[in-house]
Amino acid sequence: MNGVARIGVPMKQLACVVMVLIMVLGLGVASAPAASPAKPKSSFEYEDRIGVVKIKPGGPIHIACWFAVAGSEATLGIDSKRGVEIAIEDRGGKLLGFPIKLTVEDTGCNPEGGQAAATKIASDPTIVAAIGSTCSSEARPGAPILWRAGIVTVSPSNTAPELTSPKRGPEYAGYLRTAHNDKVQGAVAAEFARKKLAVKRTATIHDGSPYSEQLQAVFVATFKRLGGIITSQEAVAPTDTDMRPVLTKIATGRPEFIYYPVFIAVGGHITRQVKEVAGLERVYLMGADGMFSPDFYKAAGEAAIGMFHSSPDFSAFAGGYRSFLEKHQKKYGGKPLSVFHAHAYDATMIIFAAIEKVAKKAPDGTLYIGRQALRDALYATKGFKGLTGTLTCDAYGDCADPRIAVYQTTADNVKKLVMPDKPFWKPY
Amino acid sequence: MRQRWEESIKVTDILMWLIGAAILALIVSGSIATLAAGRYTSRHWFDFIIFGLAQGSIYALIAMGYTMVYGTLRMINFAHGEVFMSGPYTAYFVAASLNNSGFLDRQPIVSLLIVFIVSMATSTLIAVLLERVAYRPLRNAPRLVPLITAIGASFFLQYTFRGLYGSGFQAYPTVKILESPMVIGGFRILKFQAVVIGAAAFLMISLYTFIQRTRVGKAIRAVSEDKEVATLMGINIDRMIVTTFVIGGMAAGAAGVLYALMFKQVHFFMGFVPGIKAFTAAVLGGIGNIPGAMLGGIFLGLVESVGPSLFLDGLGIVAPYQLKDAIAFTLLVLVLIFRPTGILGERLAIKKA
Repeated sequence: MNGVARIGVPMKQLACVVMVLIMVLGLGVASAPAASPAKPKSSFEYEDRIGVVKIKPGGPIHIACWFAVAGSEATLGIDSKRGVEIAIEDRGGKLLGFPIKLTVEDTGCNPEGGQAAATKIASDPTIVAAIGSTCSSEARPGAPILWRAGIVTVSPSNTAPELTSPKRGPEYAGYLRTAHNDKVQGAVAAEFARKKLAVKRTATIHDGSPYSEQLQAVFVATFKRLGGIITSQEAVAPTDTDMRPVLTKIATGRPEFIYYPVFIAVGGHITRQVKEVAGLERVYLMGADGMFSPDFYKAAGEAAIGMFHSSPDFSAFAGGYRSFLEKHQKKYGGKPLSVFHAHAYDATMIIFAAIEKVAKKAPDGTLYIGRQALRDALYATKGFKGLTGTLTCDAYGDCADPRIAVYQTTADNVKKLVMPDKPFWKPY
Repeated sequence: MRQRWEESIKVTDILMWLIGAAILALIVSGSIATLAAGRYTSRHWFDFIIFGLAQGSIYALIAMGYTMVYGTLRMINFAHGEVFMSGPYTAYFVAASLNNSGFLDRQPIVSLLIVFIVSMATSTLIAVLLERVAYRPLRNAPRLVPLITAIGASFFLQYTFRGLYGSGFQAYPTVKILESPMVIGGFRILKFQAVVIGAAAFLMISLYTFIQRTRVGKAIRAVSEDKEVATLMGINIDRMIVTTFVIGGMAAGAAGVLYALMFKQVHFFMGFVPGIKAFTAAVLGGIGNIPGAMLGGIFLGLVESVGPSLFLDGLGIVAPYQLKDAIAFTLLVLVLIFRPTGILGERLAIKKA
């Protein structure tokens, strides 16, 4: 051992000298072609407050997705991932002449998964920007981790109001979303119940996740303001299967309407079990975008017939959505799995536009992208024509052009496992 | 004198008793307040109890597998939740094809029997394979080793099913004759709940009789009491251990169909939570003790169903059903404080220590 070490020292020193020599030579060679008499040696300067991503000629522009692509809510994440993939394909897989590289991390639709995925992405210095997360519960721990590493993230499907609230804190400064804010969705659902169905008494169920709890809170606030009565606000755990006891408790309040903006697993159990509980045979049922998916029809079966969902209004999407669907059909052999594919497409596109705005090419062909500059450019997105509408980001990262409609499920939808395509009611 | 007093009652004991008494006081005061508020009628309570019994009897059937394996091998078979999942998941394909051909509607009882047999056979097969591949080679290894293999086997089974059939839900066809409610003595009960409770009771009684009354049952009990002496008496230990896995697998497969009747869907991850709950039930009843596992399962199901409304509503806690697992595990702690060997675990505990 000792002998090796003794030989090692001079070797190391030698290596150092060689390295320095190479660097000096390399600088000389690199600057030689650029050294025109008019310009000083360091002609190219690119500075950024928090860091710069340098991409060598031919090297990829690395984008990361953090989506729930496995587990019981996988349809949500896979749907978004496909939106991103189609966006990259629409750009021919290239940005500013550099190939686009996509990495996907699974988040599992829970805080732990979000934290793990964000940590993994944050540890990779080649990543320019991120798209995600899928569930709001993942973004709460994950977005600050990414921003500490200077990575800006745009979520296509987080809808919990607190993520873009003025009170959210500076650690969320690198977070934006193209999904609607649930302040809008919850209010639409409450207006629908109160104005269209003329319902007076309502119960709600949430699963304790930020998405579900906050959406339900917005609904309750709006519903009360419109003169309705909330008979009870219940909660279950995401792993629960037996909803009959909690539904029996709800039945004691004699509601006419149950609002449960949860995910597919819990939503399926509630939908199936409601009609089995005495006193709830005739209630209206309403869910939200988190379970607006053919997979939900598998989980809920025929019990889903007649229930309502609030979701982005696909009929209000831009003309490009039709060709998006054609590409989707061709590439994946079917219709989209859930509701946020177009939002993911738009999230990808505003990131690409912002990169194009801030990236600078050095004379040697290296691409420089400033992290703070990229974040600022994204926040400055204004009047961007996307599939979901015209996107303009506000000071807290809300970029959506939210148009929420209410859909009703028919027997045909459940039988063929396809989502209803015409809205049942629109607030506008 | 003082020293003897200190030896007999330790400070931790007193602390435990105080915690236990506090929990008990909270439960009693909550229950009284709920009952005084009069929000629920006797019909509601009856519904809660039926829901709890149905869920609890499924826990009880799964718990039997845990407790029997623990009795003979002194290990926790953490893959038992997946044994429970594999049966109804495989039987789903049979059920779906029976439904598509219309046979399910024409001959619902025959179809149900077929589904039961397929599910029980699959679960049994998986349980036996598990024993042969994952546990038998490690029979004489330190006790932690088979525990880790069990967890590995559990993941292996989960992700095999995910890989084979995808991560989505599979909707079980509904058996139409079991859907409508029936009224007994003024109380409304759903037919499939009656079937679940009845079938589980029948299975538990027959398994218990099998263990208590037959020669094989006697041999299993002998193995669980003392393996070496049992060998001297001419009992084939390997065969008896396989038999416990067969019985546990059958019970889990049957529980799986009952679960599918109640919740009408299967999923590759569906065994995890019931598995944990059934394990809790087995500990609650006194692990290694078969009537204890049944009692523990039914007790746990009842507490989960009745508990949040009865204990927490009166205390003014909003959305109590979010805390149903907390209640169940608090009660587990409570039982273990007062009876460290579980509700019925005392007799066996002496020999197994």
